[in-house]
Amino acid sequence: MRWWLPDAGSTFAGPIDGLFTAILIITGIALVLVEVGLVTFVIRYRGRPGRKAFYTHGSTRAEVIWTAIPAVTMVALGLISNHYWVLIKDKKSVPPNAYRLGVHAKQFEWQVTYPGPDEKLGTSDDFTVRNQLHVIVNQPTAVELTSEDVIHSFFVPEWRLKQDAVPGMQITAWFEATKTGEFELGCAELCGMGHYRMRARVFVHTPDEYKAWVAQQAAGGTE
Amino acid sequence: MTSVAHAQPHAHGGGDAHHAPMSFWRKYIFSTDHKIIGIQFLFVSLFFLLVGGILAMQIRWQLGFPAKPMPGGGLLPETMVSDGHILPEYYVQLVSMHGTFMVFFAIMPLLVGVYANFLIPLKIGAHDMAFPRINMWSFWAALLAGLIMTASFFVPNGPIRSGWTNYVPLAARPDLSGVTVGQMLWCISIVVLGLSSVMGSLNYITTIINHRAPGMTWFRMPLSVWALFITAILGVLALPVLQGAAIMLLFDNVLGTHFFDPAAGGQALLWQHLFWFFGHPEVYILILPAMGMVSDIIANGSRKPIFGYHSMVFAIIGIAFLGWIVWGHHMFMSGMNPTLGSTFMVSTLLIAVPSAVKVFNWMGTMWRGNLRFHVPMMNAIGFVSMFTIGGLSGIYMAATPVDIPLHDTQFIVAHIHYVLFGGSLFALFAAMTYWYPKMFGKMMSERLGKVHFWLTFVFYNMTFFPMHIIGMGGQMRRIYDPTIYNFLKPQQPLNEFISYSAFALFAVQFLFAFNFLWSLKFGKKAPQNPWDDNGLEWSLPNPAPHGNWEKVPNVYRGPYEFSAPEAGDKDYLPQYTKLPTDRDPVPAPVPAGH
Repeated sequence: MRWWLPDAGSTFAGPIDGLFTAILIITGIALVLVEVGLVTFVIRYRGRPGRKAFYTHGSTRAEVIWTAIPAVTMVALGLISNHYWVLIKDKKSVPPNAYRLGVHAKQFEWQVTYPGPDEKLGTSDDFTVRNQLHVIVNQPTAVELTSEDVIHSFFVPEWRLKQDAVPGMQITAWFEATKTGEFELGCAELCGMGHYRMRARVFVHTPDEYKAWVAQQAAGGTE
Repeated sequence: MTSVAHAQPHAHGGGDAHHAPMSFWRKYIFSTDHKIIGIQFLFVSLFFLLVGGILAMQIRWQLGFPAKPMPGGGLLPETMVSDGHILPEYYVQLVSMHGTFMVFFAIMPLLVGVYANFLIPLKIGAHDMAFPRINMWSFWAALLAGLIMTASFFVPNGPIRSGWTNYVPLAARPDLSGVTVGQMLWCISIVVLGLSSVMGSLNYITTIINHRAPGMTWFRMPLSVWALFITAILGVLALPVLQGAAIMLLFDNVLGTHFFDPAAGGQALLWQHLFWFFGHPEVYILILPAMGMVSDIIANGSRKPIFGYHSMVFAIIGIAFLGWIVWGHHMFMSGMNPTLGSTFMVSTLLIAVPSAVKVFNWMGTMWRGNLRFHVPMMNAIGFVSMFTIGGLSGIYMAATPVDIPLHDTQFIVAHIHYVLFGGSLFALFAAMTYWYPKMFGKMMSERLGKVHFWLTFVFYNMTFFPMHIIGMGGQMRRIYDPTIYNFLKPQQPLNEFISYSAFALFAVQFLFAFNFLWSLKFGKKAPQNPWDDNGLEWSLPNPAPHGNWEKVPNVYRGPYEFSAPEAGDKDYLPQYTKLPTDRDPVPAPVPAGH
């Protein structure tokens, strides 16, 4: 049982987890302030006979302070967040050297199209594998997400990557895996009764391993 | 006490009924009395709250114990349960209908149907709503909508399977969702419910603008009325958008149009824009009235004027305004242009500001008060502490990069329940207890109320707090069986813990139900002003008669003059009490047509 985000598996995890921690600290302080304040007031100002409450309608100074502090914090948080948001999701941020894969989602499976030995998508040596995503470690990878039928969502928790696949749209999502091993790809958008079992195995290979796997696939082998 | 300086003209037909005895049917069923209509809404929406709760228990059974047959599962038909095991298609229907019932038929009518109806005329000093008959139709339309929605459980293929949000093309294509009649019933029910909401909202807006008692200026209105007023404006603008979208969805299902089906030239994201353009203001429809009523109750329980009344009003307006320009935050991962995501992130983060202002002002109200811990006050403090968690957890998802791993996981489920259960429902427990004597002339049991509050508070947190952790671990929403994922398996004990807590949380709600029903007959008779409050409603007997006042009282001050020096020995000073120094207000001009 983990009490935190899953182990980091891509370059996005660094900034996202950092930002998560920063928000945890900010909201943690706010939460403690409010809850401790409430408990203190409940104990300290509990009703006693013969006492009268302090008659006041408020304080402009207090209002200004507790409007300004959240406002400044939120704007700052927005600016910092936006920097990373653009880096992750903006079309122009996809590295030009990214290795391109096609991922086609349909009820209830993931069809991954690989560029084959010529490393170019859309040529005759492309091949498609159901429910297996093989990628190369430390290699920027861009998936061209499409959907056959309804909206699905491409989600690999370790990579901190989620992107809906929408019928009628082609959406590019990129990432750079930093850890080899086996992971899981799940669907994060309700796509019908089989939503829960729309699962693919994810393999992050060293370049050599990947080449061997591609060669094997090209030769008609399985896995 | 009530000084009457002038004769208030009869507002409308409702006033005539003062003296005439009425048959049971006229009085309780086809009633045009805003208080009876409020009570009708109360019973109906409490019933749907129970329905939503029963659906939630089945969801929790499946998530906690996915391999085990559900107790009592044998009672359900083969299309839902097989050998006692919940089927995947039924599970998806459970989550879809839990959301639908809770949002549209429990929380929204409890807050708006019940308390806008019941409180607005009583708190502003009106004989009734501006349009009592439209008000009656608003209730009957809501009930009809609820019955249509319930009927979808009994049609072939059952109710919707696309979540309460009905994302398309899933919801638009029976061949992909497997739902036929159920989807049509959902759309029709929502259109009817929208009619009910629009009729209600227009009534609330008109009544507040035109029927305030002499002296009840805008800034002497209780915050509950302010919140209900702004909520009504949201309702009248938001619901028609959903109705339009639901009609398009209905056409896609029935007439073969393709508004939402990209395979035939439609747009999948169009639905999301329409739905959330309604849906986000809807979220504020579900929380603003709660904030308003909690403000009234916290001032009362603290025996102090509300801290920063004007900021509180502007915060309500600010939240409502920002609520219109944040819908895109539901769509950060949808494939919408990421640059739009940046815009929606900023507007969303800014909503934290008026929300924080409200929390600090509630605390400011309690500061140096002389707190009375009656049951409404306890639930109101529970509201503040839990809404704070729900508000703060929203920041994680507003910050777009952090939203990437959290979007569509149990983290958002935790967030929405901290706002709608920890927020709205605690406020409703407070409000139901607080205005119970005004509704029924009886007091609810204080002791049972306290036991219910503490047990609910504890089990509620045990149920929903761990969902944050589960969501951080990556558990997607609406999945039937988390244990088929290796990365989710280690979390299963926590899922079981959540389920046990949820069962306990559900069970203790029967304390409230018992207290509510038992007190109707056996409750202590309510004194006229049981909470020593300042509101106009307490100048009336409990329960108040049809038409409320013979002559509406004059209003001499704001609603929160607790512990005012001129109150003398008492620590409250009602709005209708005339002190020797007070001058009578100039009566409001009579609206045209009367």
